[in-house]
Amino acid sequence: MSAIPLTPEPGLPGAAPPPAAAPGARAERGEARRARRWYTQPALITGIVIMTVVLALAIAAPLITPYNPNAQNLNATLLGPSAHHLLGTDQLGRDTWTRLLYGTRLDLRIAFLAVLFPFTLGTILGSVAGYFGGWVDTVIMRVVDVVLAFPFYVLVIALVFVLGPGERSIYIAITLAGWVSYARIVRGEILVAKRQDYVLAAQSGGLGSVRIMRRHLMPNVISQAIIYSMSDIVQDIVAIVTLSYLGLGVPPPTADLGSMISDGQNFLSTHWQLTTIPGLAVVVVGLGLSLIGDGLADLLRPGEA
Amino acid sequence: MGRMTFVFRRLLQLVPVAIGVTILVFFMIHLIPGDPAQTILGIHATPRRVALLHQQWGLNRPLISQYWLFLDRLLHGNLGVSLYYGGSAASLIISHLPPTLWLITYSSVLAVLISVPLAMIAASRKDGARDHVVRAVPLIGLGMPQFWLAFLLIYAFAIKFHFFPVSGWGSGFFGHLRSMFLPSLTVALALAPVVIRSLRASMLNVLGAEFITTAKSKGVAGKRLFLRHVLRNAVIPAITVLAINIGFLIGGTVIIENVFAIPGLGQLMINSIFQRDFTVVQGITLVFAIMVILLNLVADVAYATLDPRVRFSR
Repeated sequence: MSAIPLTPEPGLPGAAPPPAAAPGARAERGEARRARRWYTQPALITGIVIMTVVLALAIAAPLITPYNPNAQNLNATLLGPSAHHLLGTDQLGRDTWTRLLYGTRLDLRIAFLAVLFPFTLGTILGSVAGYFGGWVDTVIMRVVDVVLAFPFYVLVIALVFVLGPGERSIYIAITLAGWVSYARIVRGEILVAKRQDYVLAAQSGGLGSVRIMRRHLMPNVISQAIIYSMSDIVQDIVAIVTLSYLGLGVPPPTADLGSMISDGQNFLSTHWQLTTIPGLAVVVVGLGLSLIGDGLADLLRPGEA
Repeated sequence: MGRMTFVFRRLLQLVPVAIGVTILVFFMIHLIPGDPAQTILGIHATPRRVALLHQQWGLNRPLISQYWLFLDRLLHGNLGVSLYYGGSAASLIISHLPPTLWLITYSSVLAVLISVPLAMIAASRKDGARDHVVRAVPLIGLGMPQFWLAFLLIYAFAIKFHFFPVSGWGSGFFGHLRSMFLPSLTVALALAPVVIRSLRASMLNVLGAEFITTAKSKGVAGKRLFLRHVLRNAVIPAITVLAINIGFLIGGTVIIENVFAIPGLGQLMINSIFQRDFTVVQGITLVFAIMVILLNLVADVAYATLDPRVRFSR
């Protein structure tokens, strides 16, 4: 079960075309698919460009800026933008541009990792529930109902509190609160897909349930989960930033967009840019990922182009 | 099926979820690393205090009987003793309830007032220029941290122009209405993208329905078509969308209460976390979950009242 292919390949690799499809229909499908090549999607392209730039800046942060994100200089506090400090400095004289790059780097890393666990857990439980049905389905979906009764933030905050501070707690909390959406999406897709002829054919051919789920159903149902994961990463970044604003996330002085925003809070009336800039960074990342999600949804939508 | 039967059946369906919620909240204590009582009280706690907490929570009994103890207290309205204030956690929580309920109601109203017109504008001409503008709202709005949005609004409306107070929840009905405007607007603006997106889709659905074609062929057009035929049938999905996202809305109030220093449950929760007041945090988590369940029930009943088809189909 651990080898479920998580490749975000838009072309649905290994998806066997339904045997019932007439040759004419197959040609039409090919036509539609060719018309929907990824580079013809403006939303997808814009999103990819935004995310490429952001990721490049985040990864190359040490090469781009000469400063240490945590180095204080009390002789140069609260400066405006200049040639030395592109975006000025904060109340401790730390370079804002540097902290922005390192903060984005950290928050993106946590968010991308944090989305992997609920994705995997939710996909596995959702496909088991959808495929087997019966009491397995009832039990899993009841647990989903229970988790959904808690507001996402309330559950994440409460879990981070009981688990103690640190990155590990953030991963666990987001996983326990976030897997339910994936489980619901994948279960719904499986319920439809398992009645298709190719699944019946595989079943009558005597293939085992795990093999059918992994090799036959998964490539066909995973695309919806991948599309959702884009908006889920956005939600997780916002959650991580919010946790550190509340003082429950990444501990200071580590540069992180949330703590930058809350540091700037005290200087809102005089130096509003300290609060605005890190928030804008979050919005840009969110925009990039949402555009990719929308583009993927258009690309992977079955039927008409 | 009568309305009472419908409500009764929905209540019955809630029982397993409610039991599950209490189990999850009960298990919070066992997620605490190490000895829960020792960890919560800190390394300087006297052995006597630790032992007292052990006895209070029944930590030396088997798991089942611990849960039974928890449930028995819960059914008597006992959420335990606040570790910081010493008094009853339940009465502490109840005293912080009004501002939160205000915020939830106020922001739901504002969210509807913002989303419905925008969704109508977008749906009135699909793929038109206005539609594209409205559809871009969620792309930006979903990635916006609520507390950041709150700072922008504070800067614009409270610091630059002194329209609204920076914090607090005011006194008296109109005081609340004024002080809670910015906080509620923040929560509403954060919720609006989700609501707009679903509402636009459901309005487009309604526009494609047969009864709209009939109305059009009868000569009903323009504003009248939209208000009498489309909007009426789109209000029901609006309630559902709000109900589905009530958890998101409540989560928003927790954060916004801390930005605007509103003395509600959200502020109590975060303060209690810093005072390591486990009982209160646990109690608030439970209360929020119950709130979501009840509001969903209310929405379901409203839904069934507005749309008789729901009652008959189940």
